[in-house]
Amino acid sequence: MTSVAGTSASPAISIRNLFVDYGPRRILTDVNLDIPASQITVIMGQSGAGKTTLLRCMLGLKKPSSGSVNILGTDIVRASRRELNAVRKQMGVAFQGGALFSSMSVAENIQLALREHTSLDEKTIQIMTRIKLDMVNMLAAENLMPAELSGGMTKRAALARAIIMDPKLLFFDEPSAGLDPSTAAELDQLMITLKTTLRMTIIVVTHELDSIFKIADHIAVMANGRVIEFGTPQQIIASANPEIQGMLNRKPRENIVDTDAHLRRLVGG
Amino acid sequence: MECNLKSGAGYDLLELSGEVDLQYSPQLREKILGSLRSGAPLLIDLGRVSYIDSSGIASLVEGFQAAKSAKLPYGLLNISATAMQVLTLTRLDKIFDLYTDAAHFEAQL
Repeated sequence: MTSVAGTSASPAISIRNLFVDYGPRRILTDVNLDIPASQITVIMGQSGAGKTTLLRCMLGLKKPSSGSVNILGTDIVRASRRELNAVRKQMGVAFQGGALFSSMSVAENIQLALREHTSLDEKTIQIMTRIKLDMVNMLAAENLMPAELSGGMTKRAALARAIIMDPKLLFFDEPSAGLDPSTAAELDQLMITLKTTLRMTIIVVTHELDSIFKIADHIAVMANGRVIEFGTPQQIIASANPEIQGMLNRKPRENIVDTDAHLRRLVGG
Repeated sequence: MECNLKSGAGYDLLELSGEVDLQYSPQLREKILGSLRSGAPLLIDLGRVSYIDSSGIASLVEGFQAAKSAKLPYGLLNISATAMQVLTLTRLDKIFDLYTDAAHFEAQL
């Protein structure tokens, strides 16, 4: 029987037996995960653990070698392009670098999805844009171009764009990376507010421990392409897994690896 | 979303129920602006709204702006806790005239 990490009776996302290979390299190995609806789930792990690949699979940007990714009732691995697009309309994504279009103003970037996917009146689009800009404290930057924004402003603009359609699912890749503590704390609080107020299911990929324990309802810990633990922050802190304790205490990996296995990896044989 | 407009008593009462989202907010916008075009004060009852997204809020804001321009009384009645959370999040809770009893709105007319 497959062991599934997760707790929800009706998860927003269910991942089963997911394998991803890049050529001969296996990146994800038998990932099974249920992500609860209307909660914040953080996917944490060290660089190379498979976090970004798992995120790309959930966004339908990477086709797995095998397995299923069921999002809001649709297996996006097997979905038609039309079905995938329907699911994507319910997703918002804030990429690490912002991914704003440099030739458009902040407001135009944010409005793009509304113009592409709805027939809302111009006035409604304008008000919705300003509401979202206000939520992220960026109203004054409406007419600025992306090149004129600081790192923190770019992140906030990317978040405003991600939530413009009031998505059921919000994916956030490394929200705190490169931000000062005050701006990072503001973003953390905003994610909590979006969850409670707009009932969003939020999936955050990060390795920023301070942020993780402020925002997470659940944490999926990844290592070597697998989800090695899933639980509440308290359960993760109490985990007896030395690899998790190593991450939490920021111990160098060398302290916890099997030295014989490590030698074999380095010299072969 | 269900949207029921009642006229009489010197003002229009727009009763909403269910989920107000991207799919239904254009309908809400038309009802609000149509009522205001007729020159009637408007009270919108949100007591049975289980969810309202930012497109629904945008329609309420546009109505507020149109009513202000036309100098017509405009109020929101029986805001559910959910809708109130969204208004608070968008800092609009202080802008709208909020009522828990239609009689208080009528007294303003």
